[in-house]
Amino acid sequence: MLVACAPSGPATDAPAEAPRQPLLRWGGDAEGGAPFVEADPADPAVVRGFDVELAGFIAEGLGRRPQFGQVAWASIEQSVARGDFDVGMSGLEDREELRARYAVSLPYFEFREVLAVRPGDSARVHALADLAGKRVATLGSTMAYRLLLEAEQRHGVVPVSYDDDVHPYTDLLEGRVDAVLLDHVIAERAQRRTPGFVIQRDVIARGHYVAVFARERAALRDSADAILRERMRDGALERTFRRWGVWDAEQAAYQRQLLSSAEAPSTPGTNPEKVARPATGAATVMAYLPALARAAAITLGMSCAAMLLAVLLGGAIAAGRVYGGVVTRAALATYVEIVRGTPVLLQLFVLYYGLSTMVRLPALLAAIIGLGLNYAAYESEIYRSALLAIPRTQLEAARTLGLSEWQCFRLVRGPQALRLALAPMTNDFVALLKDSSLVSVITVVELTKQTAIYATNAGSWLVPGLLCGVIYLAMSLPLSRVARRLEARWSVR
Amino acid sequence: MSDAISRAVSGAPVLEIDGLRLARDQREVLRGVSLQLQAGQVCALMGVSGAGKSTVLRAAVALEPFDAGRISVDGVSLVPGPVPRESALRGLRRKVGMVFQQHALFSHLTVRENVMLAPVHAIGAVPHDATSAAHMLLAALGVAHRADAYPSQISGGEAQRVAIARALALDPPVLLMDEPTAALDPARRGALAGTLRELAAAGRALLITTHDVAFAKAVADTVAVLAHGEVVELGDARRVLDAPSHAATRDLLSHERGSPLPT
Repeated sequence: MLVACAPSGPATDAPAEAPRQPLLRWGGDAEGGAPFVEADPADPAVVRGFDVELAGFIAEGLGRRPQFGQVAWASIEQSVARGDFDVGMSGLEDREELRARYAVSLPYFEFREVLAVRPGDSARVHALADLAGKRVATLGSTMAYRLLLEAEQRHGVVPVSYDDDVHPYTDLLEGRVDAVLLDHVIAERAQRRTPGFVIQRDVIARGHYVAVFARERAALRDSADAILRERMRDGALERTFRRWGVWDAEQAAYQRQLLSSAEAPSTPGTNPEKVARPATGAATVMAYLPALARAAAITLGMSCAAMLLAVLLGGAIAAGRVYGGVVTRAALATYVEIVRGTPVLLQLFVLYYGLSTMVRLPALLAAIIGLGLNYAAYESEIYRSALLAIPRTQLEAARTLGLSEWQCFRLVRGPQALRLALAPMTNDFVALLKDSSLVSVITVVELTKQTAIYATNAGSWLVPGLLCGVIYLAMSLPLSRVARRLEARWSVR
Repeated sequence: MSDAISRAVSGAPVLEIDGLRLARDQREVLRGVSLQLQAGQVCALMGVSGAGKSTVLRAAVALEPFDAGRISVDGVSLVPGPVPRESALRGLRRKVGMVFQQHALFSHLTVRENVMLAPVHAIGAVPHDATSAAHMLLAALGVAHRADAYPSQISGGEAQRVAIARALALDPPVLLMDEPTAALDPARRGALAGTLRELAAAGRALLITTHDVAFAKAVADTVAVLAHGEVVELGDARRVLDAPSHAATRDLLSHERGSPLPT
């Protein structure tokens, strides 16, 4: 008989903790930075900003302890919906689709979409209509981006989408773009960081920041609204906004109006230029199909061009590493190791932003070169091992037949290596097709970026994600088929 | 015998190896190897595995540098030192062909293309002429019907004949073969011996490495026995193989009897 003896471990030595407050888990993006949410320079583990303080007010009012969680700005709502957080805050823009899918707090801050231009243009540019044919930068997936897309239709403005709100302004100073349309909070912060441009006083549109809760947690939202309202009345919000330099007469007027009305405004952002309001369902899909098709064409064209560069350069690197002298071999091996050992995202950043003082590459060209240079390293390894896999006796036989070294390569070694390299090359092309989504960080709106924009507007990744996946498959599957057929034909030999 | 594999015969030795010395990794592989070969003659270079037989062939086609001695192929000389650049070896390439043990056919080319490669690309023959020349060679070696096949589609015996045809494509007076019977069954060994005799009868000189005694008896005019990097016995094939004078030869004969060839 077996007697199970439950281990009667010693009582825990830790002192009995004070009854811990329940947590208020809130999600935000510290990459968005001050004045919303930023890592405290004195202690990067701690965040600060007006959204941080507001989250603190809400937590305090609820008798909870705030706990911050980092999440990418464009995914904050969806993290909240998944239940990762109780509330999401980080300069989230109030918009109709958001209200349709989530419980949204009262609009606690009113921002103005403003144009930033170079000093020479400040007298001329006052509205989007003044920017016909000009490149206007903004953050992707924002109200400002939707305004620009509308202005593209109406005035011929060229929208340029960024993944961060720093580079639109540095690129404005460098002349890569002609204007930036963003929230006045962001524009003013950028001006403190990189002076040299002018923020126009004209208000292109108004919008509001809100906190987002999961739909089934409307009760929590209502409590938070009551707390925020109370803090507006007692001046705590004003003090916070003042501390972060975003309080002005317009904000004061907005708060007075908000407090005097019993209900929060039921519609988001009232703007002089009406924001396009995407419908839902099949109509949205149809509306986005042309944009997705265009983005898919960019993805495919860019990937093909980058692959061509990678194949040519990779072939040269492989030949250099197999046939070259000691110095050539060492230099090429170093290149390959550096490129393979660092993220392609970093390489794209350095190429596009880091080197912009020396060479100012257009975004698409930078994307092609960046991806091409990166994949050349991988291609070169494929070709190198393929070249080394050709039996030495075949090369010797070619020599005894009087073929020159170049003829050996061209007629005997190269063609056979190419057959060996075909399958891994196909793999790499498919990988490149997918990696090309990274170039949205340098303002190229390709398929994934376009899908993200669509998903943000639709408030869901389900349909856009499926559609995007289908398009990627439609691009990669035929290629794999062709490769398999070629392989089958060559395998006889 | 077809005209495709015959050539005019002159009197002087076409292959002369004189005092060939070669060391690899501090080890002396060849320590003064000398032998001569007349047109129309077949010489079997024999010895146990690792005796350096293949190295002699590789040195003779400038795939292997050597330290001392001299190699002369139909008037083209190789001297000690690093292997010359391929451009300096154009003359040699037309004087000597090599058939590798594993045949080393180019697997991405058809049989015909394998044979045509050197004439078209090394000496710039017109493809049409090269095609008909390749066909005559393949026909003479009995593999014309496989001209459109790829190396992976043909048998080992066929691959060997294609490799011989390819080595003869530039019409060299000397043909070197490395262990040609290694992968052949007895019937094929007999057929191969016949083919090689025909090549010799047509005026070519053949130097063949083998440790297959029966095959050597069937094909060779002379035998050179290589042991410890030296030629320890050299002479008429029947005399060396029937009445060996050196211990190394007797040793070889006792271990490497080989199955008799069909007559």
